[in-house]
Amino acid sequence: MSEIPAELRYRDSHEWVRVEDDVAVVGITDHAQDSMGDLVFVEMPEVGVVFAAGDEAGVVESVKAASDIYAPVSGEVVAINEALEDEPELVNNEPYAGGWLFKIKMADSGELKEMLTADQYQEQIDSE
Amino acid sequence: MGHRTPLYDAHLAAGAKMVDFGGWDMPIHYGSQLEEHHAVRQGAGMFDVSHMTVVDVAGNDSRAYLRHLLANDIDKVPAGRALYTCMLNERGGVVDDLIVYKGADQFRLVVNCATRDKDLDWMEGQAGGYAVDIRERPDLAMIAVQGPEARGILEQQLCDAAGEAVRDMPFFGFETVGEWLIARTGYTGEDGAEIILPGGKAPELWQRLLDAGVRPIGLGARDTLRLEAGLNLYGNDMDDDITPWEANLGWTVALDDAERDFVGRRALERHKEQDHPVMRGLVLEDKGVLRPHQTVHTHSDNGEGEGETTSGTFSPTLGQAIALARLPAGTTGTVEVEIRKKRLRARVVRPPFVRNGKAAYKPQD
Repeated sequence: MSEIPAELRYRDSHEWVRVEDDVAVVGITDHAQDSMGDLVFVEMPEVGVVFAAGDEAGVVESVKAASDIYAPVSGEVVAINEALEDEPELVNNEPYAGGWLFKIKMADSGELKEMLTADQYQEQIDSE
Repeated sequence: MGHRTPLYDAHLAAGAKMVDFGGWDMPIHYGSQLEEHHAVRQGAGMFDVSHMTVVDVAGNDSRAYLRHLLANDIDKVPAGRALYTCMLNERGGVVDDLIVYKGADQFRLVVNCATRDKDLDWMEGQAGGYAVDIRERPDLAMIAVQGPEARGILEQQLCDAAGEAVRDMPFFGFETVGEWLIARTGYTGEDGAEIILPGGKAPELWQRLLDAGVRPIGLGARDTLRLEAGLNLYGNDMDDDITPWEANLGWTVALDDAERDFVGRRALERHKEQDHPVMRGLVLEDKGVLRPHQTVHTHSDNGEGEGETTSGTFSPTLGQAIALARLPAGTTGTVEVEIRKKRLRARVVRPPFVRNGKAAYKPQD
């Protein structure tokens, strides 16, 4: 069983969001990291780039395969997790903590309501 | 449900993540592919390779038949040695690559699982006029034990005769002890052995080795290990339309005996004289991961050219991405690999990338 914290919001493309004021911290779920296997490289967006929700924002690569990361909400990238350059395995070991990917200053916090709750995300992965 | 090896339950018990591999349910990893990779480079790991197809060739004409079927020449090695070779089609393309174990009075071939049907048809088709008995051995299992500590552990854990055999065996040597065949071969670039044994005996050996500290290794790490070792994978790095000259396998083609008319020989001799691409290693200097089928932009004295990666991965030992790539002949220095519309710099090298746990590649001059 993979971990799905109740306080986060999810996209069906396996990103999670944690809201800190008007900033969304973005990562990939425990389920996603587990299906990818050991991560060896994370390609990050640049700070200052503005995304619409659903835009391709980066790539995570495991020994097996590459997988796109999509911006779960619209807004400007205000930080990236620089620790992942040397330690991409943080995404495997702590997907919801030290393994966060980037932070977006949200343009429209209303988008959060369109995201999946933990229960809905659980239902989605059960049906996969 | 796919085919299951006699070790299927042992894999589940060890926490394997199982995947379909050529119609077989096989372990891709047991938790961490990276840790498994390092375990083989630094200690000892074991692989269930029972899905591979074992074929025994016996009969009065078996030697003549194999000298016709195979591009390498079994006469080059004495009985008790293994030989790596390709079998080719009439166009010189690779039908499959395989290991032949040359016994005193018969031969054992180990061919790829994904090409089983094609290989068996091809082998039967080439047997006309030869008194040979070609027999698949689905009753046998195969366990590869690899790593710097592998042979030492086997010496302790196998019966006396087999243990001594492992200890004294030369590289690419093998011995049969009862129904077991023990060979100093492998697919990782480390020392070690491969054991072909009756399927019913496999779980007991597996458990014994597990208890002795040998780590189970999945097919994921098997692929990163073989690629670091610069070893080709059939279907990725060569296939029916690729000759050995284009796949770094020229060393396995024996042309010395002009009388030996093996399948594909004439096409190969013609192709050797023509311009053809060659296979080289790439080490990525920029950050990223090389994968199969990425476009490679080259420049040499002959101008700009283009090639393609055939296998690529992140090398856990080097901490950099590596690949095998088919490139225009004469490509040296650095090239650019196209990854997601960006061009990243890679160095052209001669594999192996890693040998006995350490970086081993040389610049391509």
